[in-house]
Amino acid sequence: MSRKRENYEKSFLFRLKRWMDGEVDLLENGMETVPLPKRRRYQEVEEKLSSKSEKSASGRGELSSDREELLSGGKKRFSADAEEKALRIYRRIYQVMSVVLCLSIIFVLLWTIAYLPVFGNAGNPDNNEVSARYIEKGLQETGAVNIVTGMILDYRAFDTFGESCVLFIGSCCVMVLLKIEKGSKSKKNQERLAKSQDRLYEPKNDVILQKCACVLVPVILLFGIYIVLNGHLSPGGGFSGGAVIGSGLILYLNAFGFEKTERLFTEKTYRRITVSALTFYCLAKSYSFFTGANHLESGIPLGAPGDIISSGLILPLNICVGLVVACTMYAFYALFRKGGM
Amino acid sequence: MKVFEMLLLLCLIVCSVAVAFTKDLLTSIVTFMSYSLIMCVIWVLLQSPDLAITEAAVGAGVTSILFFITLKKIKAIRKEDSDEQKEREL
Repeated sequence: MSRKRENYEKSFLFRLKRWMDGEVDLLENGMETVPLPKRRRYQEVEEKLSSKSEKSASGRGELSSDREELLSGGKKRFSADAEEKALRIYRRIYQVMSVVLCLSIIFVLLWTIAYLPVFGNAGNPDNNEVSARYIEKGLQETGAVNIVTGMILDYRAFDTFGESCVLFIGSCCVMVLLKIEKGSKSKKNQERLAKSQDRLYEPKNDVILQKCACVLVPVILLFGIYIVLNGHLSPGGGFSGGAVIGSGLILYLNAFGFEKTERLFTEKTYRRITVSALTFYCLAKSYSFFTGANHLESGIPLGAPGDIISSGLILPLNICVGLVVACTMYAFYALFRKGGM
Repeated sequence: MKVFEMLLLLCLIVCSVAVAFTKDLLTSIVTFMSYSLIMCVIWVLLQSPDLAITEAAVGAGVTSILFFITLKKIKAIRKEDSDEQKEREL
């Protein structure tokens, strides 16, 4: 019998019913449950009332004044009741409105999808003269076999510059938010520093993780470098290769700790690498940026398509983007982890 | 191939709904990771391997790692030891 009751209480329907009645929050064990302030006030009023009635029972002399207070307390109690009721109605309306809003958004999106052209159709509006030109003359003009990289880093190099700047600014913002100043000696700061060293409480030097990292990290880093360097020949490019290198660094950091990575990668190196990569990118492409981001001849010979050293500026620009992305990924992790690099 | 694509899309929808409805934050992050992996396979099928590599590295790798650290920092990952001990006592 009790087992059945337990099963029923664990069931989805029961929880849904309780939620619809406004008894529980769905995030019961989560962090977002805020106790209702109104209910507490109601309880306080009730406690006061009971204490008052006890008092009035013991001392008959102050009966009249107590009665007045009791009456006012009753009014308070009534208002608290009304407030709670209003709150309950409000919550019910809130739930219904959220469901209605979700359903209407889903309806609008599906309705829009019905008007989209068929996927892969030759007559779609995206098959216009721009893509035709990129496909026909891309190899000839940029020298990149991988036409996507040719587009991203040659025709649309300005956009890619903006993207890497966005990543850099993002990491700067995370640094402003999460970085813990090591210089200041205030007590609060020291506490935060001590708290951030959460590696102290973990199983250090985990053998399985370290052996796996020994095998995997070189392969991951090599693969990332391969993706970056072959960006103009095979799928991939600066962004994806940089992300792979960054995740390899994160794995290494997880296995061996900050002491090992700080030998080659500190905040100073991070700053130097990202700023110099972005500056090089900007300078290499600035001529075309200042003339309105037109595609202009760089004067560097394109070389034979298919060689590693070919397609002019694309290879160095790929390396720049890869460095910025790898450093940013690593910086994000380190900042999240201990508030510094 | 058509069936495989349909299956992948179905898994995608199931994963995205499950992310919203799972109560345990850790489970929902792992589901989100699997969402990214399925998305990566779909990118390959749509013949854009560039995006597939990026999705696998960023979506399944770095983003979920950052989520894990955040959960750890806000102490939302519960320890399972206490549950095991309870079972042993029973």
